[in-house]
Amino acid sequence: MTTASVAGALDIRDLSVSYGKVEALHKATVRVAPGSIVTVIGPNGAGKSTMLNAIMGLLPAAGAIRYEGEEIGGLETESRVARGLVLVPEKRELFADMTVADNLVLGAFPRYRRRERDIDADLQAVYTRFPRLLERRAQLAGTLSGGERQMLALGRALMAKPRVLMLDEPSLGLAPLIVREIFRIISDLRKTGVAILLVEQNARAALQVADYGYVLETGEMALEGPAAELAVNPRVVETYLGLARRQG
Amino acid sequence: MNFDIALLLAQDGLTNGAIYALLALALVLVFAVTRIIFVPQGEFVAYGALTLASLQLGRMPGTAYLLLIAGAAVALVDVVVALRERRPGRIAATLGWNVALPVALFFLARWAAPQQPPLWAQVALSLALVVPLGPMLYRLAFQPLANASVLVLLIVSVAVHFLMVGLGLLFFGAEGSRTPAFSDARFEAGAMTVSGQSLFVIGASLALIVALYLFFERTIYGKALRATAVNRLGARLVGISTTLAGKLTFTLAALIGAASGILVAPITTIYYDSGFLIGLKGFVGAIIGGLVSYPLAALGALIVGLLESFSSFWASAFKEVIVFTLIIPVLLWRSLHTHHVEEEEDE
Repeated sequence: MTTASVAGALDIRDLSVSYGKVEALHKATVRVAPGSIVTVIGPNGAGKSTMLNAIMGLLPAAGAIRYEGEEIGGLETESRVARGLVLVPEKRELFADMTVADNLVLGAFPRYRRRERDIDADLQAVYTRFPRLLERRAQLAGTLSGGERQMLALGRALMAKPRVLMLDEPSLGLAPLIVREIFRIISDLRKTGVAILLVEQNARAALQVADYGYVLETGEMALEGPAAELAVNPRVVETYLGLARRQG
Repeated sequence: MNFDIALLLAQDGLTNGAIYALLALALVLVFAVTRIIFVPQGEFVAYGALTLASLQLGRMPGTAYLLLIAGAAVALVDVVVALRERRPGRIAATLGWNVALPVALFFLARWAAPQQPPLWAQVALSLALVVPLGPMLYRLAFQPLANASVLVLLIVSVAVHFLMVGLGLLFFGAEGSRTPAFSDARFEAGAMTVSGQSLFVIGASLALIVALYLFFERTIYGKALRATAVNRLGARLVGISTTLAGKLTFTLAALIGAASGILVAPITTIYYDSGFLIGLKGFVGAIIGGLVSYPLAALGALIVGLLESFSSFWASAFKEVIVFTLIIPVLLWRSLHTHHVEEEEDE
């Protein structure tokens, strides 16, 4: 597992993050194999978003972050994005005063800097995947509905041509029908070969699309295993899936 | 006062107002992208004007020496950081921009200055000498403070202003300069005489504003700057670095400042410390736009120009007082009609 030949798309080892004296994440280890979907489930405040932000370099962290076999812990956030490690944050962080089309184009900013040529084709591909965005391409991002915003955030991330895509609570605050749509899209992305690290409170939906799962509780990894096994694990069923059912 | 005089004053006011409008736009831009209230904006005006004036006298402009020193300082900082972070690949780029370019410009200026080249070449050389100071200033003074509060950035901004005024005195001397007009043409339009110089200033300002508009609407770098202004975290997450946005913004601010200086140089005598007052009038315009709205800032700056011109006729001794008093009702109105949002402190 340590040599480059069997390196995962993303290998996180003993990652710890502290806010002052409070440790929000304690020695988390996560591995995302190329082209797979891995989910981290857990309750609110378990440290899921903290982990993703630390992987992006938005928070100082201790531990190893290897991306495609290379240690990237010393790189700035922008350089990680340019290499294809892309986060869709919980709050989407869209450019509200700019058009949908501009938001998408900016997603490919590092590729424009490298003078890549196929950016327009990828924009068309995003419009094909999200016809709603094509309809609303001249509208300001701030005027979109919650579901459309999530689609725009996903579309913008795809414009960067990510090799590892991290999604922070993509279903948060969305109507059940839209949630199903978003998860269908995530499962669809598997075909493009991108590896996905999905963080969710909606454990049932997350375990359905994922290949492998981790359970994060109060900053520590409590359980891990193939998603299908976790979905029938009595502890997971009782704590997360039972709750999910009651929530509907 | 009769109608003819009013027209003349309006023409004067609009000419100055056009220059203030450029500065107001630059101030809004810098604040939106970097949260810096750019007090030294006016120093770029003075540097631009004085550099052109030196070239017209066939003298080596002091800016060329200043650029060498600033470039060397930036290169030193960058090389130390690159070695500490073990990224030697960056050294070549920083040496190119901050050592090779200033040295090339230095020798170009030394060769060109005594020959008194045509005006357009002098203008181009003046811009080339002043504009690189913008990103260098960002690197030295503001890049290490990218996450500081607006207040800290303002304090540094004031310090930079005093430093740049002092450097202006050192490199340009205490005497003032005025350059010859770009155009001696005069046009009769009914009862009014329009000077070619006024038309040139207003036309050049408009052209620059249109160019800026196209830059922000059509180019990926312009959009990246707007994105940084709208959502800094979102911008970082699509790979737009705060440093890149800051350097680009300061390049634009230096360009606008130097261009304004070149436009204003034939109208008033510019001293090493004249920039501050000119920049401050742009700032009043920017405040009328709430430091966020570009059209309102430009409009506000035009009002400042007109007010200044008319008050110089009625109460010439009080013209600055009247112009800066304008800011009080504007601030009152703003504080009554907008919700005051406490700045989010990161710490």
